[in-house]
Amino acid sequence: MFYREAGQFKTSYKADQALMPILQDRIGLSVILVVAFVIIPAFANDFFLTSIMIPFLVFSLAAIGLNILTGYCGQLSLGTGAFMGVGAYAAYKLTTIFPDANVILMVLLSGVFSAAIGAIFGLPSLRIKGLYLAVTTLAAQFFLEWCFIRIGWLYNYNASGAIEVPHREVFGIVASGAEATPIVRYFIVLCITAGIAFLMANVLRGRIGRSWMMIRDMDIAAELMGIRPLQTKLMAFAVSSYICGVAGAMMVFFWLNAAEPSSYSISLSFQVLFMVILGGLGSLSGAFMGAAFIWILPVFLKFIPGTLGIQIAAETVEHVTFMIVGALIIFFLIVEPHGFARLWQIAKQKLRVWPFPY
Amino acid sequence: MLYDIFIDPFVQMYEMPDFFLQVLWEGFVAGILYALIALGFVLIFKASGVFNFAQGIMVVFAGLTLVGLHENGVPAYVALLLTIGVMGILAYGVERVVMRPLVNQPDIILLMATIGLTYFLIGFGEFVFGGEPKQMITEELGLPTGSTAFEFGERGLVILQHIDIAAAVIAVIMVAALGVFFNKTRIGRALRAVADDHQAALSVGISLNQIWAIVWFAAGLVALATGIMWGARSDVSFALEIVAFKALPVLILGGFTSIPGAIVGGLIIGFGEKIGELYWGGLVGGGIESWLAYIIALIFLLFRPQGLFGERIIERI
Repeated sequence: MFYREAGQFKTSYKADQALMPILQDRIGLSVILVVAFVIIPAFANDFFLTSIMIPFLVFSLAAIGLNILTGYCGQLSLGTGAFMGVGAYAAYKLTTIFPDANVILMVLLSGVFSAAIGAIFGLPSLRIKGLYLAVTTLAAQFFLEWCFIRIGWLYNYNASGAIEVPHREVFGIVASGAEATPIVRYFIVLCITAGIAFLMANVLRGRIGRSWMMIRDMDIAAELMGIRPLQTKLMAFAVSSYICGVAGAMMVFFWLNAAEPSSYSISLSFQVLFMVILGGLGSLSGAFMGAAFIWILPVFLKFIPGTLGIQIAAETVEHVTFMIVGALIIFFLIVEPHGFARLWQIAKQKLRVWPFPY
Repeated sequence: MLYDIFIDPFVQMYEMPDFFLQVLWEGFVAGILYALIALGFVLIFKASGVFNFAQGIMVVFAGLTLVGLHENGVPAYVALLLTIGVMGILAYGVERVVMRPLVNQPDIILLMATIGLTYFLIGFGEFVFGGEPKQMITEELGLPTGSTAFEFGERGLVILQHIDIAAAVIAVIMVAALGVFFNKTRIGRALRAVADDHQAALSVGISLNQIWAIVWFAAGLVALATGIMWGARSDVSFALEIVAFKALPVLILGGFTSIPGAIVGGLIIGFGEKIGELYWGGLVGGGIESWLAYIIALIFLLFRPQGLFGERIIERI
């Protein structure tokens, strides 16, 4: 009833092959875009932008990156945090080497470096599969983290060992550094995330995306049908690392302002993996939903005791948050192992046939 | 440069044999402890095909429960018994709440569930016992402390910590006990049957749920022993979690399903990483212990993708 595609006729190939062939989808997406681009900037305060929306978008992008590798190409990776770190350090180096260049360009360029490194660490994927590969990507995680600590050139031999984002302007507006306003950062992050998500939605339904899915579903069969496994897997590693790298660069440039090697530790990898799995493997909208759940839920949990007027030590809240997040992860895996994206599909199906059960 | 890489370390080893032996011993002890953590993984993976990411946290949790109970006035041996009980409850709870509803899900979902369990245990352990590092109650448990120095050659000394020797002995006893348990007892045979084929085991009347609870309990006991040993060497804290990640290269080296594999893998990683760190680590600025184990495992895997003792993976369409 609410979500009925019957009667929506397509009279051209162009209409048939559109990204969103169904009217309701287009309306829904436009509403989301209007909310993101107009309503949130108009009404949100700085706290909401800096500690909820910006991290949410950054994590969504990282989750899209990992989802391409794990959800669409079937290569489980635990090295996401390190690849994000490569993007961050590359962007930092680039912007200190070319101080006059556009910082957004530098952030986008930094992904190229993490793509290269991701492809190198993707090389074993031809021989090693499944959980074994997951453990080898941990090699990337720990090795790269060690590089961030030990190689002084990467952080310009700072005494602190951390990278601090310098003051940079884009078209005369302060875009990074401490003076940049949250609203400017929000717009930059939103545009990059939306742009890459749109790009990926198109890549994934094309030849490249389909070959990734073939590798995921059955690699030997895909090989017999003429997909070259190494190139395809390496491409997935490169694209995924590119996106993660951009997300990592955005994380330090437009959100945190400064980052230490421990910001890109294994726990970040796990956070992103949680987002991907809870959101739904192999779904772009799932990446957003997972990021929202994993990032926004703990923020909320921190505020609930305060609003209820209960005084609890910050530490205790932290511990309880850990417990609740862990328990909820198990709960959601039991209730819906295919993630929120699957829940959304079920909801759509219900809306399609409403008011009848089927 | 080439001299530093290929010749100098060996010259050092030859000239200072006492130091080399000390390094070997350190590597041996570290390897034994990695192997113990890996053993817990192997137990669960063998019987249920679940890659139990929470094993590392179970080690910390067991150690923390033991120390935490003792701090609250429970005598050491009673605390030990109570901790064993807690691990039993944990095993039953995990089987009931996590494993049973998730049966037959893909690997990655089960892996995620154990990561969720990890988060829960971190939060729970810190909530109940506090997050600060604690001293392990080594003496109260009757474990040896102190050290013996052996003279070696004309110049040097090799120092062996008693607790390390105890760790090695306990590890050997544990592996032997597990071997007997798997091969001679009824439950052990049932475990192996489940490991071979869930459905066939079910059809001859073996209760999967019971077996899983037992296996998680056994893994909990291994975790407790490991927790005591690691805790005695350093403090009991959640920083040990990083150590648990070391068990992963051990596992992939040895193969996920092999108990001897866990031991051999542990020793290779233990020796490799200590020798690598002390003789070659200085060339690149030190601290290479954090990733050397993974690189060793990665290189092994390129030649033998199923690990040293793993079952060969045969793929058909």
